[in-house]
Amino acid sequence: MLLSLLIFLPLVYALIVMALPARFSRPVSLALSGLHFVFSLVLLARFDVTTADLQFVEQMDWVKSFGISYFVGIDGISLWLVMLTTFLTPLTILGSWTAITDKVKGFHVAMLALEATMIGTFLAMDAVLFYVFFEASLIPMYFMIGIWGGARRIYATVKFFIYTMFGSLFMLVALIALMFMTQEMLGGQMSASILDFYKLEIPFVAGQFLNSQTLLFFAFALAFAIKVPMFPFHTWLPDAHVEAPTPGSVILAGVMLKMGTYGFMRLGLPLFPEAVEYWSWLFMLLAVVGIIYGALVAMVQPDIKKLVAYSSVSHMGYVVLGLFAFNAYGLTGGLYQMLNHGISTGALFLMVGMIYERTHSREISQYGGLAKAAPWYTILFVIVTMSSIAVPMTNGFIGEFLILLGGFEANPIFGAMAVLGVVLGASYMLWMVKRVFFGGEGEIVTKYKSAGLDLNIREAVVMAPLIVLIFWMGIFPNHFLRGSKASLEHLEKNMRTYELGIHNPSQKDQSEKYSMAEERGE
Amino acid sequence: MNEQLLLGLLVVLPFLGFLFNGIRFTSKNYKLAGTVASTASGLCFLISLTLVAKLIGMPEGERVITSHFFDWFLAGDFSVSASFLLDPINAVMILVITGVGTLIHIFSIGYISHDERPSKYFAYLNLFLMNMLILVLGDNLLVMFVGWEGVGLCSYLLIGFWFSDPEKAAAGMKAFITNRIGDAGFLLGIFMLFLSFGTVTFSEIATRLPETAEMMWTGPITLACLFLFIGATGKSAQIPLYVWLPDAMAGPTPVSALIHAATMVTAGVYMIVRMSDVFVLAPLVMNVIAIIGALTALGAATIGMTQWDIKKILAYSTVSQLGYMFLAVGVGAFIPAMFHLMTHAFFKALMFLGSGSVIHAMADEQDVRKMGGLKKYMPITHFTFLLGWLAIIGAPPLAGFFSKDEILWYSFASPAGHWSLWVAGVIAAGCTAFYMTRLMCLTFWGESRVPKEVHPHESPVSMTFPLIVLGVLSVVGGWIGIPHVLGAIIPGHPPNVLEHWLEPVVRMLKPEHASAAVEFALMGISLSVAGISAYFAYDFYLVHKDRPTMVTKKLGGLYSLVSDKYRIDEFYFGRIINPLIDLSKGLWLYIDINFIDKMTYLASDMVKGSGQFLRSLQNGNLQQYALYISLGVVVTITYILMGS
Repeated sequence: MLLSLLIFLPLVYALIVMALPARFSRPVSLALSGLHFVFSLVLLARFDVTTADLQFVEQMDWVKSFGISYFVGIDGISLWLVMLTTFLTPLTILGSWTAITDKVKGFHVAMLALEATMIGTFLAMDAVLFYVFFEASLIPMYFMIGIWGGARRIYATVKFFIYTMFGSLFMLVALIALMFMTQEMLGGQMSASILDFYKLEIPFVAGQFLNSQTLLFFAFALAFAIKVPMFPFHTWLPDAHVEAPTPGSVILAGVMLKMGTYGFMRLGLPLFPEAVEYWSWLFMLLAVVGIIYGALVAMVQPDIKKLVAYSSVSHMGYVVLGLFAFNAYGLTGGLYQMLNHGISTGALFLMVGMIYERTHSREISQYGGLAKAAPWYTILFVIVTMSSIAVPMTNGFIGEFLILLGGFEANPIFGAMAVLGVVLGASYMLWMVKRVFFGGEGEIVTKYKSAGLDLNIREAVVMAPLIVLIFWMGIFPNHFLRGSKASLEHLEKNMRTYELGIHNPSQKDQSEKYSMAEERGE
Repeated sequence: MNEQLLLGLLVVLPFLGFLFNGIRFTSKNYKLAGTVASTASGLCFLISLTLVAKLIGMPEGERVITSHFFDWFLAGDFSVSASFLLDPINAVMILVITGVGTLIHIFSIGYISHDERPSKYFAYLNLFLMNMLILVLGDNLLVMFVGWEGVGLCSYLLIGFWFSDPEKAAAGMKAFITNRIGDAGFLLGIFMLFLSFGTVTFSEIATRLPETAEMMWTGPITLACLFLFIGATGKSAQIPLYVWLPDAMAGPTPVSALIHAATMVTAGVYMIVRMSDVFVLAPLVMNVIAIIGALTALGAATIGMTQWDIKKILAYSTVSQLGYMFLAVGVGAFIPAMFHLMTHAFFKALMFLGSGSVIHAMADEQDVRKMGGLKKYMPITHFTFLLGWLAIIGAPPLAGFFSKDEILWYSFASPAGHWSLWVAGVIAAGCTAFYMTRLMCLTFWGESRVPKEVHPHESPVSMTFPLIVLGVLSVVGGWIGIPHVLGAIIPGHPPNVLEHWLEPVVRMLKPEHASAAVEFALMGISLSVAGISAYFAYDFYLVHKDRPTMVTKKLGGLYSLVSDKYRIDEFYFGRIINPLIDLSKGLWLYIDINFIDKMTYLASDMVKGSGQFLRSLQNGNLQQYALYISLGVVVTITYILMGS
């Protein structure tokens, strides 16, 4: 029941918020989502880090004739992404306390519904269920941008919705094809279980495009590449981010982009090993181009939020590079970088929102000298910047280092090119910091500094956990890597014959006893 | 107390100091902030002394103290732990860092007393100390890299300490980004080494070195060393990445003394000495290092002769002296490099602090043309500066004489050396003598050109005390490394203590056909070159004051090229940075908005267009439908007929 509660409780919360008067929406959704985070900690505590198998599995027939089931489970790959979601949601709600003043109830319902669909995406082990959650998450986000967004919100949200859905349709076709394939394998019974998909041996011909494995792989890859977004499918992102309200940007960048990279880890890589191996150069190339291109374009953005949006293209490029490097370093770094990006970019969007609330401007050229007017804000912003540019002892370093090491081992040329991103990343972030925070006082700072530009207590409370995590994950990464180690090793070592078992605690105890007996030589 | 704990305290104490001052960063109580920070630093110095005493007590060849704190991270075969290692090499470093560091902390109390944010300043200073100690104490490349980037961060924060001035903020940014270029190289070096040796721990690399070196093609090692050296050129301001250091003078002067002269900028030298066993396997890279070092020494020294800002002169001097150290490591003279690192830390910190004392007295004036005759107002500053001057131009028996001469001798006689490297070194020594004498003449001697409204005065004791200590060290600091040829003729035959200390852990490329006569001859030449240059400078700036302008005119374009710092900055901005920004704008406007995004619209327009076309087919017109039906029938019948 644990996982189902984790997925569906937010919907119950949404109903509660809906039933209560609007003035309760904020505190109630904050309290409930906070509670939900505590609840997810229970999951974390009970999670068995020693196995790569799926844990807390629940399976129920849904559409039996097509083998579609309600099938959820968790392993080391999804664990931290679920935690990231439950962690960011309450912070985002608290962060948008004063930013969202219109249709407050609807906003919080959308937030909580979004949380449910995102967690569902990370936990679904049935391809159709995964698809449903993957798509359903678009709906609350669509409203969030469309209702609470900026001036061009309708344009941005339609673009975001259609663009990402366009990609997903290819995935839908591909997964129906896979379901038909299982029919052959299982002797007539269709299955949409991802675990059954893993068992498929999909025909592959190297050097050709028109074979099942390559086509199916590219169908999935297109859906995920748009979601990530990988270069050159990224143009929906800056528009969506600029128009989205702060909480929308935080969740979009913090969690939703990871659905794409998670999709690669869960489906793209293990389902189509030969195609992945054959075409990995293409994805690494696009990733490297994305890293450099995103950084360069970020450098010349006049709008802070757009700068952060393009920096996401660059950062997510690192993640993809790590995944397609497909060695222990790359996979570990890639997964870690997903979390890092969620934290540091989430924090950046939150902070940009905080200052925007006061000045109603995101034009870099209007700022300057903010460090004097808002010293605490500046300190935190610089810390988040350090995390974003991967200075050691922050979380960003661990992820970037492992990805670059993995990328370098897999392909020294691409790896070395990606290292350039380290320089460019520092350049666009520090240049922005210099123009916004240092130097003479900008017009907007002069205009609003008497109103108080520094953080208030609520905002400090929002930032504190993020700052703590930045250092915690940077200094003691093993606390986090431990949870994913078994799963990632399993993925790396068994790429060709990847399968996932279902964890049965009692059975495991027996096998442990057995192996101990073996060790004693019995 | 146990050694592990002491090693840990070396990081914890400055960190606590950082926290204490960082949390109350708005406080103006400079005395409290300075006392706390200096105490943290001073305790570190005492701990360092204790630890080094313990090392001395250990049998030779086994002088190692290690401390494992926790496993940092692991992924696959890559595992790295947060561990420290103290051996004779970094024993020298921690003494210099904490010793000179403490003096500079104390000096800062007086220097920063009028500032708005003294607590913030001391917080950064302690943070720097912590990172610098992590850098030198790390037992593997990754922990070293933590400190490596950490000191870069502190340097960024401290250069931009007065961030309201856009130029100072820009200088900080420039330092960070230029260093990042080096750091990218460092990272690649780490990758290469890890993929070759399967470890990033120094001791494990050392043990695997013999077998790997035998088995393996040296290509990867050469590349790894080259990448690491790129890292060093960033941090230690060598060609082509030295450009950030002169700009870094925008920071408070004690910071220039601590970070940009005595400690951080020497990290590259330390790193190469630490990895010397690997570097000697890459003779090609060693040659590159020696050549870059010699060129940097020479180039920066010539620029130094033409500058008017007292701190800029010292900055180019630092770049130049760092060039000597790289020349030394490039010819395999690792111990002389460490020796010069140490003596340079003494006399350059001394001169930077001295310049700070001057600037403080001159109400923030840095132009030497507006100084002169300060000797009578600031006797202590002048006298200690004088010692620094004598030390850097290599007057015997001051510190710089021994260390610089060792380097010159090795650059000539080492198997990796070459006479041309020696010539470059000697010319650079001549330039050094010239610009330092020029600095002395313009600042302290001659008649005063101080504007009337400025009243120079000697600095308070908290500032002159560190000067005196460093002055003494600049005199006696070289005596622990007296070359054997000199030791042989000096009464009492003083041994080369430093070489003896480092020899068990550092393998040098020793001169093969060492001849005492040649060594003395070379020493004589370099001494006379320095002496003559110093005399010329004295003559130019105190006796025949019209000569500099005359010479400048004669040199014409060449002079302006040098005084414009060879226009390297202009080249970087004009040819690399600005084009890159233009390129980025182009990418954004033309590729991103007008091509990639347009393509997605094209795709959606195609869908829309085909939809419109299909819609036009079903417009409710019956005649048209009848036409479709008949067309369909015709096509079907034709197809059937053709098929049969």
